[in-house]
Amino acid sequence: MKIAVPIKFVPDLVEELTIDSSGAALDTSWLRLIINEFDDHAIEQAILLKERNGGEVTILAAEAEGLDDILFTAAAKGADRLIKFTGDFGGGLNSHAAARMLVDTMRELQPDLILTGVQAHNDLDGSVGPLLAELLGMPYLGYVAGVTCPGDQVITRKEYPGGIIAEVEVRLPAVLGIQAAEQPPRYIAYTKIRQVMSTAKIEERPVVDPGSTAGVTVSRMFKPEAGQRATILEGSVEEVTDKLVAVFRDHGAF
Amino acid sequence: MSYEQIKSILVLLGLLASLGIFLRYAWRLLWVNLRRGQSSPSFQNWGERIKGLVVFVAGQWRLFRFRLPGAAHFFIFWGFLLLSLTILQAIVEGLMAFTNPAFLLPVIGTWGPLAFVQDFFALFVVAGVVYGLYLRLVVNPDRYRGSHRGKGVKVLSFILTIMLSLQVMNGLRINLGEDPLERYRPVSALIGGIFAGFSSETQSVLEEISYWIHLGVVLLFLTELPQGKHFHIVTSVPAVLLRDLEPRGRLPKPSGVDGAAGVGKVEQFRWRTMLDFYTCTECGRCQEMCPAYRSGSPLSPKLLIMYLRRNLEDRGAALSAKRTNGVLSKSLTGEVIGEETLWSCTTCYTCDQECPLFMQHVNPIVEMRRHLILEGHMDKMLQEALANLGRYGNSLGQSERMRAKWTQNLQPAVKDARREAVEYLWFLGDYASYSPTLTEVTRKTAEVFHQAGLNFGILYDAERNAGNDVRRVGEEGLFEMLVDKNMQALGKCKYETIVTTDPHTYNTLKNEYPWNGNRPNILHYTELLDRVISTGHLKLSKKLDARITYHDPCYLGRYNGVYDPPRRVLAASGCDLVEMHRHGDRAFCCGAGGGRIWMEEKPGRERPSEMRINDAAALRGVQDFIVTCPKDVTMFRDAVKTTGNEGKLRVRDLIEVVHEAL
Amino acid sequence: MGQDVFVVVEYLRREVSDISYVMLAAARQLAQGCGGNVVAVLLGQNAKELTGSLSADRVLYCDHPSLADFNPDAYRAVIMNLVKEQSPRAVLFGHTTIGTDVAGLISEGLSLPLVSSCLTLGADGKFISQICGGKIMVEGELPAPSALITVVPGGYKSEEGKASKPPEVTALAAPALENLRLALKKYIEPDAGDVDISKASLLIAVGRGIQNKDNLDLVNELAAATGGTVCASRPVVDQGWLPTTRLVGKSGKRVKPKIYLALGISGAPEHVEAIGESDVIIAVNTDLNAPIFNVAKFGTTLDLLEVVPQLTEKVRQIQAS
Repeated sequence: MKIAVPIKFVPDLVEELTIDSSGAALDTSWLRLIINEFDDHAIEQAILLKERNGGEVTILAAEAEGLDDILFTAAAKGADRLIKFTGDFGGGLNSHAAARMLVDTMRELQPDLILTGVQAHNDLDGSVGPLLAELLGMPYLGYVAGVTCPGDQVITRKEYPGGIIAEVEVRLPAVLGIQAAEQPPRYIAYTKIRQVMSTAKIEERPVVDPGSTAGVTVSRMFKPEAGQRATILEGSVEEVTDKLVAVFRDHGAF
Repeated sequence: MSYEQIKSILVLLGLLASLGIFLRYAWRLLWVNLRRGQSSPSFQNWGERIKGLVVFVAGQWRLFRFRLPGAAHFFIFWGFLLLSLTILQAIVEGLMAFTNPAFLLPVIGTWGPLAFVQDFFALFVVAGVVYGLYLRLVVNPDRYRGSHRGKGVKVLSFILTIMLSLQVMNGLRINLGEDPLERYRPVSALIGGIFAGFSSETQSVLEEISYWIHLGVVLLFLTELPQGKHFHIVTSVPAVLLRDLEPRGRLPKPSGVDGAAGVGKVEQFRWRTMLDFYTCTECGRCQEMCPAYRSGSPLSPKLLIMYLRRNLEDRGAALSAKRTNGVLSKSLTGEVIGEETLWSCTTCYTCDQECPLFMQHVNPIVEMRRHLILEGHMDKMLQEALANLGRYGNSLGQSERMRAKWTQNLQPAVKDARREAVEYLWFLGDYASYSPTLTEVTRKTAEVFHQAGLNFGILYDAERNAGNDVRRVGEEGLFEMLVDKNMQALGKCKYETIVTTDPHTYNTLKNEYPWNGNRPNILHYTELLDRVISTGHLKLSKKLDARITYHDPCYLGRYNGVYDPPRRVLAASGCDLVEMHRHGDRAFCCGAGGGRIWMEEKPGRERPSEMRINDAAALRGVQDFIVTCPKDVTMFRDAVKTTGNEGKLRVRDLIEVVHEAL
Repeated sequence: MGQDVFVVVEYLRREVSDISYVMLAAARQLAQGCGGNVVAVLLGQNAKELTGSLSADRVLYCDHPSLADFNPDAYRAVIMNLVKEQSPRAVLFGHTTIGTDVAGLISEGLSLPLVSSCLTLGADGKFISQICGGKIMVEGELPAPSALITVVPGGYKSEEGKASKPPEVTALAAPALENLRLALKKYIEPDAGDVDISKASLLIAVGRGIQNKDNLDLVNELAAATGGTVCASRPVVDQGWLPTTRLVGKSGKRVKPKIYLALGISGAPEHVEAIGESDVIIAVNTDLNAPIFNVAKFGTTLDLLEVVPQLTEKVRQIQAS
């Protein structure tokens, strides 16, 4: 089975985010970029499928700081091809531009399955999965937390609220938006990554006109107001727990 | 043919047979298997090594850490050495029987004083053996759990028989007037007295019978020797001679061709490590003292070595016979030694320290952990900690920019060692920098340093986890990456001495970082405080009136020998120090080391930190439990609560005591 | 026609989801500005009764066997047709497992711009979206003449989207829905037999700050002492420390207790959206910057491992007297 996994990098929320001087974009000076967590799960799910059913896994991404390490890590996990799109992605690629960027390569790869993270926290114009699916004429199913291939079928598990799961049969080729892989992304030891660096190759494909087509124009970016912040109870553990008991009482706990 | 001729032939045949069996085992178990092992670096420092033979083998030094069993073994050992000469005499006289039944070896068989010493030592040996039997059969202490009791009893019985048959034989000879050294053998004479009533013919026959029992059991013992723990009789000398003379806190580089691949099959161990498997006497001292074992985890250092030995033998036999049976497909990490077992080790070094034959337990565990890491077999918490260490340089998953947040609003401001030259570069460690519980302690440390007039600075955002526990968890590649980053940052600074608040950091900076001969002075903050207090640079104006006890951190005490400086500092503060019954190099680990603080705890077990707090709670009138390691603060504060000692015992870092006494 | 605001209604288990009402409230705001109608779009089979409380000017209802359960491929066909025909000012989808499966398909299929994670819509055609885990707010103008929007909860109360009078329902013809590429095989329910947290009146919620499974004992004791029920945010359930039936959040349950005690929970939007209807939220978190303090009424930065046992003790003393 041929599986393609487009991934992207997003701002690391561990760092404090600030708005730049224009007031309409994130300040990139202290921004650390990390792989979108859901894309990491997509890679893991793809590797699991390869381990179970054989096939080939291709990872695709637009260049970003730290991307190479992630691509090599994916190779160490078992990914076969690594494709990096190079170009001037100054302001970042929105999902529509990313989908356009991927289309030609996808048509060339002819994958059976495209797995990508169901969302990314910095998406403003939807996530890339459904957009890519429509451009390629493939069906799309999101919030997938498990994919099995009994016989010829491809059965996915789609998450609904309240812990309800739907088993959906998918006709290939298809695009799946991954919520969680069947197991958390595996750990790869540093030595393994370094070993792979000497054997794996990252194919570079220059992108002529990334453009931010059909994106969303932002007039203002800001941090949410504290609004009605909570009343912080002060004091020692003794004092605070007394106050908590009082709050409990007031709201009819006993 | 005469009896004497038959005797000589039988002795010769018996000797050849048992020697043959002994050599065959020794060759097959030891030589063949060790040759499959990886190469070990060459051994140096022979002066030190030979001195070790004198102290640790002849002197049985480490054995006395368990006093009575140690004494018993001392006598068995020396008795054995001395009386081996009598065994030699017995064999030779047997071989020579056909020409001269009363043949005596020069000196060995003729020197009176020697005979005298031997006569008494036989008694001591018997006493030691009887104690040993009592220990195994009656007391049966927990440290013998898992050891081969049957074999132990068997061999003790052999030794007892050998000794008694010897004395009986000597006694009978004295009765029959056949012993020219009879006046040097009072004990034998006494024993001979038991048989005095029998006729000479009877006594003669009994004498020969005793001889045959004596010789027979000796030859039997010889065949028993290489099978199991008694091989240590042979391997102990090379084991002590070729022991690791590196500093305790320095893990060896990964063995094998593959760099940091770790050990996934027993042949991937170095041959010197394999020698350890054969040297294990199953005494269980390591097991007895191990905090992981004591807290109910599946790890016993002793059983670990025993299982490795058996796997080495099983695989060796299968490989030699070129059989691909189940033995070869059994995984080392997982089936032979459980994964949970390997992860349970806190690397506290008590096992390695306690072992009378300098066997290493921590190293093989780390080598097998390297394999587990490569395979990705670890629990989720550890995986997250390693991912955080790789991405952010600290296990808590916080940004590097937050590393110096504790310095906010601190007056005077803490110097940035990256920008200006300082005398002391203070390397804090993750917990001291990031943990909210420890912010106060870290700030007090800065204040105390200021009071002492020290010119110090920190690395701010450039500091990374020093990597001590990353290495011990088996992630060698990540360790190297952290070392690189830290060395780069340090390389840009000008300083004389590195001082650190964390003993783990202290250990790896001091023993494992690639200084290439240019290692700066590295101090733990207690050593620094000791220095500035004794030179008068830091004055403690108040004398505190507290009754305290002090917990020696593993990586400061046992690993690096720093026991006195913290105690001197505490004395200078006026505190009344009461020692817990296990202190100093016998201090009981808090359980956080070896990466265990990054791993899930199994429910329902008494944790090492709780046991340690109970050690302190047992001391009358002691209010404060003083520690000098940031992880200890976290571990023990938690343990005080879970053992119900809140309000009775308070956990403080030594710096808080000094700060109070300023 | 060109100024109407469409809302794709979501429902699960024959119950209209709250997000549908939130979307209707948002649609109302936008429609006021552009002078169009709020049109609810409901796809299903024998599902007409679900339209009863929708606060819309009218409802377009498409009935077809292939729409009995949610199927992105089927929804795509129906909605694509509808939007192509009607060219509304905006089409609102829920930012959910249902809405996001369809919105992007329509966006590329009809070359319409898509704005996601919207919190509020203004009559002036402005939108405010919430990204980066709720840490960043984005304001902009809705693209014209036609835009697709996915909506997150929190900007409006579901009451604002409910009507007392059922709206007028018009039938919507279904296009060919035979050759669908996705087929629902079956639903898998979570384990029944566990407590239903959505009915509890005192919830004690644990998040990542609980650190390890052992510490759950402390929380269980507090629950026992107070008569409360233990629930959790996603990280705790993902670790397997509590079953999915206890999950509070976007993929779990929505709750409306009198008291919601959040222990070691950071307050990510996916969690917070499910607790908004609690009478009072109390947060225990050592990080003063945690978003949970924006929705909590009371809070403390003390360590939950210290607070919880003490609280249990005090509650026990009170119960005893």
